[in-house]
Amino acid sequence: MIEREIVVIGAGPAGLSAALEAARSGASVLIIDENHRPGGQLFKQIHKFFGSHEHRAGVRGIDIGTQLIEDASHLDIEVWLDSEVCGIFHEREVWVVRSRELSVTVKAKSIIIATGAVENAVNFTGWTLPGVMGAGAAQTMINIHRVLPGKKVLMIGSGNVGVIVSYQLLQAGADVKAVVEAAGRLGGYGVHTAKVRRAGVPFYTRTTVLEARGNDHVSEAVIVSLDDAWKPIPGTEKVLDVDTICIAAGLTPLVELAFAAGCRKVYSPVLGGMVPWHDASMRTNVPSLYIAGDVSGVEEASTAMEEGRLAGLSAAYSLRYIEKDEYDSRFNDALRRIDSLRSGMFGEKRRIAKHAIINHI
Amino acid sequence: MRIDDHPVLGPLEERKQITIIVDGEPLKVFEGEMIAAALIANGKQYLRKTVKSHSPRGIYCGIGRCTDCVMTVDGVPNVRTCITEVQDGMVIETQLGYGTWKQEKHQ
Amino acid sequence: MKEIQQELKVCGAPSLDELHASPCYQLPPQDRRALAAVIECVEGIPCNPCETSCPQNAITVGEEITALPVVNLEACTGCGICVAACPGLAIYLKKYLFKDDRAYIAFPFEYLPLPKEGETVTMVNRLGESVCEGTVLRVVKIKKMDRTAVIHCSYPNRFYEEVVSIRRLSL
Repeated sequence: MIEREIVVIGAGPAGLSAALEAARSGASVLIIDENHRPGGQLFKQIHKFFGSHEHRAGVRGIDIGTQLIEDASHLDIEVWLDSEVCGIFHEREVWVVRSRELSVTVKAKSIIIATGAVENAVNFTGWTLPGVMGAGAAQTMINIHRVLPGKKVLMIGSGNVGVIVSYQLLQAGADVKAVVEAAGRLGGYGVHTAKVRRAGVPFYTRTTVLEARGNDHVSEAVIVSLDDAWKPIPGTEKVLDVDTICIAAGLTPLVELAFAAGCRKVYSPVLGGMVPWHDASMRTNVPSLYIAGDVSGVEEASTAMEEGRLAGLSAAYSLRYIEKDEYDSRFNDALRRIDSLRSGMFGEKRRIAKHAIINHI
Repeated sequence: MRIDDHPVLGPLEERKQITIIVDGEPLKVFEGEMIAAALIANGKQYLRKTVKSHSPRGIYCGIGRCTDCVMTVDGVPNVRTCITEVQDGMVIETQLGYGTWKQEKHQ
Repeated sequence: MKEIQQELKVCGAPSLDELHASPCYQLPPQDRRALAAVIECVEGIPCNPCETSCPQNAITVGEEITALPVVNLEACTGCGICVAACPGLAIYLKKYLFKDDRAYIAFPFEYLPLPKEGETVTMVNRLGESVCEGTVLRVVKIKKMDRTAVIHCSYPNRFYEEVVSIRRLSL
């Protein structure tokens, strides 16, 4: 067994921000990620982020990712890639398998879990056919691997992921045939839907996918209108000539590690389902265990980075790297930045849901 | 199909070409790319067939979580091809069902 | 707020009625000689680069970053910095009087191929429908705009308000 001070699990926006904040406070940090490269899902976010200057608004996600990694390289941060965390035992022992061949146990003084989230699936006839994939998977293919999974795409779901990926598929040279939304109202920001719409992509509300057709690959999709009880209306089926069906039906927090480590479960439908209980400082009920980012409730990368900073700061403070005054001031700054991201007609719901988790007894 | 030029990401940079063997046929791919990406770029639409119904499967999550894209790679079954990089000379097989491990040859 | 956003939340794009009801949207008056920024951001998302990027302080969001941006037409010089700074691609520049009966628009564009100066293009409305032909006057792609090109076009000014962009060109 080896010993480290703060172990951060996951090198996405939340984990990197947590590591940076803790290392800037003077702590030594080990960050572990199962992928070959750090950055999590930031490098497929090629659009400019919302927010204000202090949230790096107007900067593309890819460039924020590059900057975070650059910042980390100047600090006391050790990075283990290709390393899977398989469990957390006796509260602070992290079991890691490195490069699929070496088993290591790291005894940490403090642990921050930032494992992110995974895309939900929607079950319909033919949904297992190649060509049916998560919207995020298509985004990874086009923006990271530079490969078009298809030329003619049907997008299921009109939340921000659905519309942003639709836009990025157009940018990559695909044709998006339609965006369908089962609810009566489109979910994503109006500015996102508007830019997709003026590019000629139709939106259909109260509509869902009924069937994917094809032999070895999608060659057609059948969509159908829904009634007030969300039941398909016979006779309203429409066949679309598509080779790809992308599903943007929300994300589920990757909570396995946290729950296996003993974190208390709280149900939050708005934030993606079961999440570990945590307080405003991102501390869980397990001593010295913090969480940050989508694992603590699915929001956006900007919020994940702020939560990461809160967690990193709290972990460093608990190890006495910073004085109370400094902690309070930096903590309140981060809280204020987070609150401004959780305001307005879209953010309000997330703010209420987050408070419900924090206040859950 | 590869995205040769992109309004935000710019032109595709030059990469070293290597050869992998896919179901017995050589295929030229680029160093550093993921197996699934290389196959989809070359029009290979499915990566495995399921154990009972032999129905085809491709990528679903693309980030190593769902295991829909697993193939047999260098004799090892159930390799997540969306997060495994190609290597020169790598032998990749469309996997049927759970796949089979390399068998030791008894003399 | 909710009642005026029906079209936006069903079609994906706001109707003119919805825009006219929003304090954020101001079409520059027809007798104005200079270009001015037009913002179509009616939902109150937490975002303010339009305000912070403007060298003239002509756009106000305010302390609450979910407030709607408002352009001060007196102060706006039509420089176009905000057009590329807006992460939502929700700002363009317009004027009614360019030459003869032609209006002028400069809008953000992040697709390939880029149109060429002098090229005849199809102008589209908010629903992506063809409205009329237009002429590309300038294609601006500078480092400061971080890979968002700004396309300047002229088009018949009887479609002054309807036109917001061009049809994407095929590769």
